[in-house]
Amino acid sequence: MRLLRKLGLAATAWLLALGAASADTTVKWLHIEVNPAQVKIWEEVARAYEASHPGVKIEMQFLENEAYKAKLPTILQSKDRPHIIYSWAGGVLKAQVEAGVLEDITDSVKSGGYSDTIAPAALAAFTQNGRVFGLPVALSQVGFLYNKDLMAKGNVDAGKIKTWDDLLGAVKTLKAAGVTPIVVGGADKWPLHFYWTHLAVRVGGKPAFDAALKGENGGFAGETFQKSGELFKQLVDLQPFQNGFLGFKNPQAVGYFGDGKAAMILAISSFYHTQRALAADKVGLSDDKLGWFDFPVVPGGKGEPSDTLGGITGWLITKGAPKEATDFLKFFISKDVQARLASGNFIVPVVKGGEAGLNSAFMKRIADNLSKSNYHQNFYDQSLGPSVGRVVNDVSAEIAGGSMNPQDAAKAIEAAWKQGN
Amino acid sequence: MARRIASSPSLGLVDAAATAPVAVRGPAWDSRYTVLILFLPPALLLFTLFVVLPIGEAAWYSAFNWNGFGKPTNWIGLDNYRFVLETRAFWLALRNNGLIIAVSLLIQLPLALTLALMLAERFRGAVALRMLFFLPYILAEIATGLIFSFVYDGDYGLVASIWRFFGAEAPHLLASTDTAMLAILIVIVWKYFGFHMMLFIAALQSLDKNLVEAARIDGATRSQVLRHIVVPLLYPTIRLSVFFAIIGSLQLFDLVMPLTRGGPADSSNTLVSFLYNNGISRMRVGYGSAVGVILFTICVTFAFTYKRWFMRDE
Repeated sequence: MRLLRKLGLAATAWLLALGAASADTTVKWLHIEVNPAQVKIWEEVARAYEASHPGVKIEMQFLENEAYKAKLPTILQSKDRPHIIYSWAGGVLKAQVEAGVLEDITDSVKSGGYSDTIAPAALAAFTQNGRVFGLPVALSQVGFLYNKDLMAKGNVDAGKIKTWDDLLGAVKTLKAAGVTPIVVGGADKWPLHFYWTHLAVRVGGKPAFDAALKGENGGFAGETFQKSGELFKQLVDLQPFQNGFLGFKNPQAVGYFGDGKAAMILAISSFYHTQRALAADKVGLSDDKLGWFDFPVVPGGKGEPSDTLGGITGWLITKGAPKEATDFLKFFISKDVQARLASGNFIVPVVKGGEAGLNSAFMKRIADNLSKSNYHQNFYDQSLGPSVGRVVNDVSAEIAGGSMNPQDAAKAIEAAWKQGN
Repeated sequence: MARRIASSPSLGLVDAAATAPVAVRGPAWDSRYTVLILFLPPALLLFTLFVVLPIGEAAWYSAFNWNGFGKPTNWIGLDNYRFVLETRAFWLALRNNGLIIAVSLLIQLPLALTLALMLAERFRGAVALRMLFFLPYILAEIATGLIFSFVYDGDYGLVASIWRFFGAEAPHLLASTDTAMLAILIVIVWKYFGFHMMLFIAALQSLDKNLVEAARIDGATRSQVLRHIVVPLLYPTIRLSVFFAIIGSLQLFDLVMPLTRGGPADSSNTLVSFLYNNGISRMRVGYGSAVGVILFTICVTFAFTYKRWFMRDE
């Protein structure tokens, strides 16, 4: 009897607590950011929002990157799903929209001229059939970071690397001088897919990618994509990478570059800063030792030299989220917060005026490149969705490992595309 | 697992019916009925919930092209199975599972048996040595994988320092398609031989010493005793050990992930890591389910055949 009474009391208390909690709105925000400095700023923004909006609580949840990708379909279909989730746009976003697990926030975003403050290309990445499902937060560019000391040691003038052949020449010279030309995190595969995909951007430009999506010109098995593989193989045949590159994970590789052990790395622009934390001494290479050149052009290629490959990341609002979630997201993706994140070198902003916060010459240069780019290709492994994107990663690693020829690689991607669509 | 749960109700039935005093007094079917009601539902429920339903679901999903969102609608029949069989990496994974089984049977078990024969007797330090050999088995798989990924590292690892000591350039064992699987096999033997050794030691200690003594008195040499008395008496344990080794190798996953994630170029995938890499992380639920069904079929076929052929009398 006493036990029953206790249980009854507990149940009542629980119901009361539930009632009290539901008087307020809690916005659940799921992120994958591992840099504590950036999370700290987010926390502060969340607390500031709470202070100006009584009754709203912003609750941050964290999942590790790979775990997040694997769990997302399940999370999104549970009743307890978070309200704001991280996204790389592309094929995954498309699948989520089709499954109806995202909230259409078009009206809220368009109201009061808010959407006009955001770079149109970035917003378009989170728009499907004219409806907006999320907001972009940052852009990045893929290009070569180089170590000025090591380039000097090999007598290579990085400023003169403009074409693919220039790059091949530089690799040969560096090797002859006993310098490891390029470091890459081959075990993760996607750092290798940058080579293949950026070559495709240079060889075929936007028209080739669009045609492949429609299955024209042989799709992904077509000439452009075979050519990309062949050019990539020219580089691979020079053995430009560090010993055991297929066993290196990306953080290891970036750290290796930060330790000053290799002359170049094909990097996402954010590696400029992460190489410091990942270097063995936690100091890495200082600004005066670091250089950047854009991915070389391919003679006769149809892509513009200003075309860029990179990421478009942002946040999505899930189905049934309270309107406060969208409101907070608009608060988070505003000029002031963007400028603040930009000044910490965490992002290349997408909100107009946010670039005022950029204070390093390097980040300004990347922002400038991106603003001049007419064709910003999202990472293939995101834009094609995971089922095809990971095949692009696979075949890039196989070409690099010498176990697949460029023609079979292109065919494998086309086969995966056909299986998935 | 499935096999054991499945057979327990029937075992309970026979035992209870034979020993329960009620059976003598009341009609036979009556008590059997009681036992059935008492003992069948829990096992049947667990078995249905955690074995039959998931397998049934996997079989159902495997007929769809489905990314895990919403309900599966795109019915493609047996195409997923065809896609799996057309994937080169699947056959590599199957080959690797075969390799693991071969190494387990030909190297790991003989090693475990030899050590067990040496350590089953009582002498100073025997217990300490047993513990030492058993320790790797206690370590978590993920931790083992991480430790060995440092050991194998071609720049900073233990293997690299040994190589350099002899003046050679260290290989990156985990980064080459030729050596990655070999490196994993070494870890597998290192990690699991202690477990099998313990099984053998337990069996050796419960052997009837009189038989050995009698053979000795009849003038049998040490090796004759071993060949004709000890090892034959160990057959039941050896059969069990082989069973564990094969099922364990078919399920191997958590050692592979921290070491190579199945790479480079899929050269070190096992069936389960192949399922994870190509099904789950690509959001191809139908394809992954097809792999799951194939793996399940292999395991069940093996378990039943093995039980029928080799473990009949146990």
